[in-house]
Order: sequence, then structure tokens, then C-alpha cells
Amino acid sequence: MSSIPHIPCLRKGAPYESLDQIEIKGYSDGQTLASVSTVNGGIIRRDLRRIDQGKAALRKFTVDQLIDISAKAGEAFLNGSLPLGDKGHTQSPEDYIRTLSSTSGLPHVMVKRNMDKIYHALTHMRTVLTGLTRGLDFSILDKGYGAQFGTRISYYSTAKALGLVMPSNSPAVNSLWLPAIPLKTPVIIKPGREEPWTPYRLIQSFIAAGCPAEAFGFYPTDHEGAGVILDSCGRALIFGDQNTTAQYANNPGIQIHGPGFSKILVGDDQIEHWPDFIDLMAASISENGGRSCINASAVVVPKYGKEIADALAKKLGPYKPTRPDDRGARLSGFANPKMAEYIDGAIEQDLKESGAEDVTAHYRDGSRKVEFEGGTYLCPTIVHCDSIAHPLANREFLCPYASVVEVPQSEMLEKIGPSLVVSAITKDPDFTEMLLDSDLIERLNLGAIPTMKISWDQPHEGNMFEFLYKRRSIEREE
Amino acid sequence: MMSTESVSNEAIQQAREQLDAHVREIVQWHFSPETGSPFWLDWAEKSGWNPAQEIESFDDIIARFPHFQDEWLRDLQPDVWVPQAFKGQPFNVFETGGTTGMPKQRIGWTDYKVDYSEFSEKISDDHFPRDHYWLMMGPTGPRRLRLAIEHLANVRGCSCYFIDLDPRFVKKLIADKKFDVARSYMDHVIDQAVTILKHRKVSGVFTTPKLLEALSEKIDLWEAGIRGVFCGGTTMDPQYTRFLLEEVLENRIGFYPTYGNTLMGLAASVPVTKEDNFSITYYAPQPRAVLRVVDAEKTDEVKDYDEWGRVELTTLTKEFFMPRFLERDEALRREPRAPYAWDGVAQVRPFGAMEKKIVEGVY
Repeated sequence: MSSIPHIPCLRKGAPYESLDQIEIKGYSDGQTLASVSTVNGGIIRRDLRRIDQGKAALRKFTVDQLIDISAKAGEAFLNGSLPLGDKGHTQSPEDYIRTLSSTSGLPHVMVKRNMDKIYHALTHMRTVLTGLTRGLDFSILDKGYGAQFGTRISYYSTAKALGLVMPSNSPAVNSLWLPAIPLKTPVIIKPGREEPWTPYRLIQSFIAAGCPAEAFGFYPTDHEGAGVILDSCGRALIFGDQNTTAQYANNPGIQIHGPGFSKILVGDDQIEHWPDFIDLMAASISENGGRSCINASAVVVPKYGKEIADALAKKLGPYKPTRPDDRGARLSGFANPKMAEYIDGAIEQDLKESGAEDVTAHYRDGSRKVEFEGGTYLCPTIVHCDSIAHPLANREFLCPYASVVEVPQSEMLEKIGPSLVVSAITKDPDFTEMLLDSDLIERLNLGAIPTMKISWDQPHEGNMFEFLYKRRSIEREE
Repeated sequence: MMSTESVSNEAIQQAREQLDAHVREIVQWHFSPETGSPFWLDWAEKSGWNPAQEIESFDDIIARFPHFQDEWLRDLQPDVWVPQAFKGQPFNVFETGGTTGMPKQRIGWTDYKVDYSEFSEKISDDHFPRDHYWLMMGPTGPRRLRLAIEHLANVRGCSCYFIDLDPRFVKKLIADKKFDVARSYMDHVIDQAVTILKHRKVSGVFTTPKLLEALSEKIDLWEAGIRGVFCGGTTMDPQYTRFLLEEVLENRIGFYPTYGNTLMGLAASVPVTKEDNFSITYYAPQPRAVLRVVDAEKTDEVKDYDEWGRVELTTLTKEFFMPRFLERDEALRREPRAPYAWDGVAQVRPFGAMEKKIVEGVY
């Protein structure tokens, strides 16, 4: 057995070892952790022509059976020793945590938290699907038609598979595709270059739980291959920044998961209590290393902007890098140090424009970008902006970053722009009604709720059931 | 099929002697007033030495001649290259590349027929049945390839259908990031080929790797009657070669990768095998052309076997003499392999491919 695991492509679940392989290395010590086979777009296109076989394999199960399989997969994912590649290696949960940490920069404690989120999604799949389908009788999906709520109902599948172009920096986003399996839709995954670990382990978990291997395509590939996945599956998710995703903005078959520009808004009625919300704000900004699209990247308040910025800076400014296995770790390292350099440079560049101050600089011991035990880190950054028009007021970076800006409550909804999550701290019925009426907010938390709170019965960035199924009119002779 | 046996030292020595004899004949031809071309006679006069008397071997060419400058083929009128012995005989003008500005031009009379007649002996009748029909889908226009393929078909008693593809236009589209138009143009080319294959009996195809892949996605090549594919024009790394063999050609259609251009002619490959990890090695049509893999920084030095270097081409025919031209390609140097008793070049790719992204186009 080779000492280094080889992660093959999975073509309808079958391993394929390519002559083209890349090595995945630990970001701080450069140690090779696995070689990964990569394939060209042509192979994916060919396999997708036969993806109906994957779908047929899933159709042999009922939704209920696949929900049970998902739960077993959750247990295997969290606790099991699973195959890692095709050369006889296995991966324990501890191996997974250590390996993912060393390639993504996420400390162990955050990897474990992401792992728990995925486990929760898999083991609560019935709740998830019930939320997504608004209580649909799942046997209607098994039969294709039925009656419920006093009416005839029929759904058809919109895609031969769900394509996924995944990121390298956020393992928990894999939870988004999990409902596809009980919804009987094969998944075709292009993993992030540095993060084959999570999707591969999830696939192995499903297979170990009894899911047919044909339902899974795992294709480390290039830009062309990613394009094939996005164009050919029928439905696809892409993760990336605006430059990567802009070309798909008007394609209804492709859901874009880019920056969230999530925010905390405080209403006039609650602003005098602002010190009570500092912990909630700090957690929303910094949990998961500040890397999630649901991390708050702006705090919008009607007044006390400077005071709030100072309080947040005082709380977050002292955060420092720690060893990856430190249980109190709060910062993530950068697998690609150039990314940290770019972010640091971008913040510094925009700070040169008047009207913004890095308040954390007063509380931080040293510079924003620091080296620690071979890794590169960005320390938390709270910027007070005197206008929401300032270039730093509505930005998102892969670190604990947020602006604090004053905007009159009456103007907030005009000025915040599209926001994945808004936690609106208010009890004002008029403001609440305006918030409920806004089409700029994807997920709305009313009250003192962190932006990071996830409810599994609520859709996230689009409803996966409505993405994968469409309702049709049906008449049937009795 | 060709043998994959190694080559004896005697055979290598014999090939070397044959090359040296050919070098003496060709150099004397181009540098003698009765037979030579105005360009080389003028060059010899200015350089102050007489190659016709002083060149005895291929090593002498390497030692005495500088690298051939491609500007000479762009800037000068074609008649400077006409050997005295061919004076008055109309010639073909063939062009290479030329995405922008003036392309390189090479004139010729029958060289392409010699190259391709010889190549005909290297392809199997099972894959390219005699007295049948071929399809070429690729760059035609001012390229030597179009006439060469038709000649090759004709030599084997076949006739050939042609679908044109303008690589200069494709390169421009890609450089301008007009990917949709490039895709649409490729579809247009493929659609025409599919039409031919649906309505005519064709057994052999010449095309480029990307077009072959695209064609196979529109039509079942085996069911359409295709038994042999002759492929070249752009990079085929080992994994892509494997993909073509196993997936596109389903291990049952004959595959003949070639490396060639207007300046050299045609370098055939030894059979591509799994044992070679699908690495394609090409052998120049020596003695009419010689390929060397040289150190990119010190081009007098040949790289060791299985090392990457820049491809250098020397063309040695009575129609055209071109010493030590540095191609815009790099390759691995490979040992002689039967039936070729001279060095090969493997895994050819654009020079600097590992350092920068090269626009090769969808073709």
C-alpha cells in the first residue's frame, strides 16, 4: 500500500485513477497528504450522458428509505472509519479533522463544528425535507402523484443530476446538497482544489449506509470541467466570488452561492440597549473564523456607531492565532498566504479613503496579517465608516471583518443592498413590516438572533426541493 | 503495426551515416550556384564561408549554422527560396500559424507527396481501408496539410471529403474571450462533419483532438463506419490521449497521432500503449527532417533522454533547407525505437506551457 492516499475520481461511484494527479499539501508544513486524480470535461460529459442509471438506482428506494440511509450516513460521517481513496487507506473522524484543518487552515474546533452541522443535517433529514416541501406526503414523490391538502398533487424532477462546484474554504456548505439524495437526484461534484475531503467522506458515508454508488460523481477537474457540470446537469450550485459567479447570474438552473453580505440592523427602538447586543454581534462576525456567507459583515445602526465599533474592537481585537488543535481557537489560517496578503492589502488600500477607521488597530497587538507557526492569519478587523457609501462599508472578506455604520432607520432598507441574512434587532411593528416586505433579504431573523443561527426546516439561499422538483397539473381517471 | 522493439547500435550508426550523406548532398545542392537558391547563395557570400565545401555531417550543421530566423519566411518574397534547379516551375505557397500579421510561408513542389507517401506505409489497411473514403475536418486554406491529406488518401486509392476550420479565427476569438462565438463556430464545423458522416460512406478521419472529441459527442464514430483516426495539430498529454483512446475511440478505432507542420512535414508516432502510460513519441521523417530536443537556454546542448527541452527542427530537402529552427514547442527527448533508429520527441506541447497559459484554441 502506498504511504500516501490516492483519491480517485468517482464515475457513477466507480473509482477512476487518472494519469493527471495533483498533490494536496498541508498549508503550514508542506507535507503531502494525498494525491488526487483530475479529469477533463470530456469524461464528465460522457458520464453525464449515462446519469439516468444513477437516477434509476435512487428511484428503487422510497424517500422514507433514503431518509433512513441519510441518518445512517450521518452516523458514519461523524463517527465512522471510512475508505479514503482506492489504495486501502481509511480515515477516522480524527484523521478527517486533522487533515481538513491542515489544508483549509480551519482549527480543529471549527472543523468539528462544521462536522456537527453536517451530521445534524443528515440525521434530521425528515425535518429538513418537511420544511422544504411544506409538509408534503413523501409518498407523492415516490409515486409521482397523489392527493394531499384536499387536492391532487404531482411533482416531476427538473434535473438529471445536481451539479456542484464546491469551494475549498468552507466544509459546512456541503450540507446544502445533502437533501438531493433523499430527493432521488444524483450529485455530480467538483470539489474545491484543496478540499476533496468533505465531499469524498460524505459520499463514502452514504455508500456505507446503503445508498447506491451510481448516484455519485466526484470529479476533481479544471475550469472547463466545472463548466460542463454547470451546463449539463440541469440544476447546479456554484460557490465563489462575484467574478466567478457573475456569468451565471441570469441562469435559473444555477444557484449562485457567493458572498452573503449578511448584516445586523438595530432599530431606533432598541439602540439605547446596544451594549446588550455586543456579544451577539461579535459572535455573528467572528464565528467559524468569519468565513461564512452568514457571518455578519456590517452592523447598521441609527446611532452610537463609534461606540459600538469600539466595543466590538475591544472584544475582537485581542483575538490571536493559536495552534490548530487549541480548543479555544478562533481564527483560521490561510491555505493560500497570497489570499491573506490580498485581503490585507485591499483593506489597507480602502482605509486610505477618508471616512473609515480600523478601530481594532487600537486593541490589536501588531499588524492585521500575522505569521504563526508556519501559517498566515488575518486578525479581526472592525472598521467604523462614516457613510454606507464608503468602499469598506459593505464588503465581505474571508476573516472576521465587519463595518459599523450609522444609517437612519428610515433609510436602512434603501441602502443595505442584497443581504443573505439580516438579523434585525427591533420590536417596532412598522419597521418589522418593512423588513418583511423587503426583497433584498434572503433570510430574516427578527430580534436578538445571531446571523449564524441555522434552522434546518428553513430554506437556505433557495429551496432545494423547489429547485429540484416542479409541480405539474394532473388529472387521472378514477 | 509497427514494432516496439529497441534499436540496435548498428542500426543507429547506419541511420547516422545515411543522415550525414544526405546532409552533404542537400547542403551542396543549396549552396552550389547551379542548383542553389538565391537566399542561401547570398547568405554564404555574406557569411564568408562555403557550406558546400565545409559541411560534412549533421554535427557540422549544428556547429556552423546559427538558428534559422522565422522572419526570413515572413519578410522575404517567396522566390528567394526557389532553387536554381526548380526555376520556372510554379510552386505551392504554404503558410503556418499567422494569427496576426504576415504568416510564415514555405514554398514547395513535391515534398509533401514524398512525406505522405512514406507515411502511407505506416498505417494499417484495417484502420484505413484502401479504395474507400476519408474525411478531413481541420485547417485547410493555405496549409500544406489539406493537399497532403488528399494525396495520402489518393495514394491509398481513397477520396477525401473536407470540412474547413480557420484556426486563426478561433485563436482570435479565444484571445478576445469570445468563447460563445468560438463554441458556435466549432458547432458549425462539427455539424458539417456529422452531415457528411450521415450521408456518405467514410472509414478514415483526419482531425484535431478537440474536434475529434466534439464529433464523438454528436455521432457514434464506430457506427458511422469510422475505423481509423489520424490526429494532430494540438497538444495531447498522456491523460488526454488515454481519454481519446479509451472513451472516444472505445479501444476499437485505430489511432494515429502525428506531429507536423508546414516547415517539417510529418512526424509519425510509435503505437500508443498503456505500458507507455499513453505518452506519445514522434519520430521525424529522417533524413529529410531532423528533430532535436535542446536546452532552452543553451540551444547548442541536447537534453538527456526523458528530459524536457525546446524542439529544434532542421529540414533537409532539395526544395527547402532550414537549419536549426527553434520551434515554439517543447517536448521530452526519447530514445530511438523501432522502426526509427534516431531520437524521438514525446508529449509535445507549446513552449513554456507550464509557465503560462497558451492559446491553442478549440481546434
